[in-house]
Amino acid sequence: MAGVEIRHLSKRFGQLYAVDDVDLSIREGEFLVLLGPSGCGKTTLLRMIAGLEQPTTGQIHIGGERMDDVPPRARGIAMVFQSYALYPHRTVSRNISFPLEALGLPRAAIDEKVRWAAEMFGIGRYLDRYPRQLSGGERQRVALCRALVRDPKVFLLDEPLANLDAKLRNTARDELKRFQRRIKTTTVYVTHDQVEAMGLGDRIVVMDGGRVRQVGTPQEVYEEPVDTFVATFVGQPPMNLLPARDPALPPGTLLGFRPEHFLPRDHVTAGEPLQTFPFAVRRVEYLGSDRYVYGTIADGAANDATVIAKLPATVGMAIPEGETLEFAVPRRALRYFDGATGARRP
Amino acid sequence: MTRRRRFADREDLLGAAMLAPALAYVLLLVGVPFGLAIVLSFSNATAGSLSFGWAGFANYSAIFADPIFRRALANTAIVTVGSQVLVVVLATAAAQVFRAAFHGKRTARFVLLLPWAVPVSLAAIAWTWIFDSTFSVINWTLKVSGLLHGWLYWLGEPGLALVAIIIVQAWRIFPFATVIVLAGLSSLPQDVMEAAIVDGAGFWRRLFYVELPLLLPVVAVAVLFGVVYTATDLGVVYILTGGGPANTTHVLPTLAFQRGIQGADLGQGAAIAVFLLPFLIVVAILMLRLARHSEVGSR
Repeated sequence: MAGVEIRHLSKRFGQLYAVDDVDLSIREGEFLVLLGPSGCGKTTLLRMIAGLEQPTTGQIHIGGERMDDVPPRARGIAMVFQSYALYPHRTVSRNISFPLEALGLPRAAIDEKVRWAAEMFGIGRYLDRYPRQLSGGERQRVALCRALVRDPKVFLLDEPLANLDAKLRNTARDELKRFQRRIKTTTVYVTHDQVEAMGLGDRIVVMDGGRVRQVGTPQEVYEEPVDTFVATFVGQPPMNLLPARDPALPPGTLLGFRPEHFLPRDHVTAGEPLQTFPFAVRRVEYLGSDRYVYGTIADGAANDATVIAKLPATVGMAIPEGETLEFAVPRRALRYFDGATGARRP
Repeated sequence: MTRRRRFADREDLLGAAMLAPALAYVLLLVGVPFGLAIVLSFSNATAGSLSFGWAGFANYSAIFADPIFRRALANTAIVTVGSQVLVVVLATAAAQVFRAAFHGKRTARFVLLLPWAVPVSLAAIAWTWIFDSTFSVINWTLKVSGLLHGWLYWLGEPGLALVAIIIVQAWRIFPFATVIVLAGLSSLPQDVMEAAIVDGAGFWRRLFYVELPLLLPVVAVAVLFGVVYTATDLGVVYILTGGGPANTTHVLPTLAFQRGIQGADLGQGAAIAVFLLPFLIVVAILMLRLARHSEVGSR
């Protein structure tokens, strides 16, 4: 087990900085999620930790040892690829044993370890099958087994759930998290899916344009986003942003609030200071457990930014389309951002 | 606008019309001579005479009893296997080189393909100079570098002549095989190769345990082509040695040519030429089955 220290790490492809001066400290035993849109540099960062990509500048330390010049096999890492990258010509057991064979372990020790790992993931029955004979979920477990038997100091997972169908993804997520809690190995997990990130991560690193925007627990990232990028990237539907009309605030300030805090006035908890808005309802989406209400703020300003309200099923009142209703947000749920830079304001 | 269906709208007629030239070509220029060869191999026909009589298996029993034929059969096997082993090793290595990025790669690739574009006869004539008993550039090079003390009569000694034939045949197929293997390499799943790197496999382990097994279907195709090209080739042996010295380097095509055309015994020539057919069919089936069997599973 070991932590990972990343210092001033950059990777340039031609003119483009895929990863731009990233500093990151991954704690021992932590489940860290790298979250961002595609092209944000999260996968490049992971591949640099793995050693599949050479940094342009900067340093990587794993377990206190400098590793950026060390070949992948000697870094004490194991990686699970999005496609699982199983060896198609080898059986499941020979897939799992491959890293052990490379280590030159005796046959008996290899067999024992393969069996142990396969039992751990419940794929003991499939040891003699070929990857093409397995379902997506089974392949994913084989890939995890293959990573596990190396006894890595750090697990690197590149969107390992992305190729599973939606039904399977929830259970696979739960399994993955329980597995990591049990073996307590430092894990770096790349995803563009913020639900996965929130559900799995001890901490989340939100990246965009090769830079780290915010590092924090899921709760911190969700409730206290440091800028408008994080505010709108994390959360579904995203945080509502509109120009603040309060003359006490500096000009250009943006006001942000989460759709679930934006409720019909009568349904907001009483006894709290509120900010109310006239909400011109355009369309209502019924989603079973929630209703999404799309509309604009009709306060006389020329502001047609779409605002979304997320009403839980417990709010039973009728929301007629085309009418303007009074909605409110508790003041404690309001966030302010600089309109020019997007940075958070106190 | 006419509403009648035109010829171009009739897919059935159009298809037949467009297939016809290819079909005619195959039937007239491949099928007929092939059938004729089989018929001739059971006859006592000779060149220069229109007489035709059935001979049953006489031609076959005659060539079986003939030590020159048996030698030619063995030579065909030696040359084919030897050159293909050489080709597989060289083409795999060359494909690794050509995969790497280096300066002048395009030019190098062009030069690599040249042997494939040179007519066999021209190339073989050039090789007769390389193996010439007096002017051999190979001997000269070995001599100057101090590796050779005597003198090698490449095309004059049966053993050396076979080596020479194997070298030329390998040289001829090598570019084609390299291109095929190169195409196979670039179609290998990149992440599987990276997984092998992360799993701690070094270059040789990756090559022998991951890359080559995955390349197997592609290499099998290259070998299949190589076997067929080499086992049926007349030009190289004909020009290099003419089957000599003393009929020791004949392969089946040259022997068939010598007996059937030069010796005017069409029946025996045809029997020699047809002899390899069942063997080649088996090779083709085996190779194709191997290729299908080891096909990379669905992803």
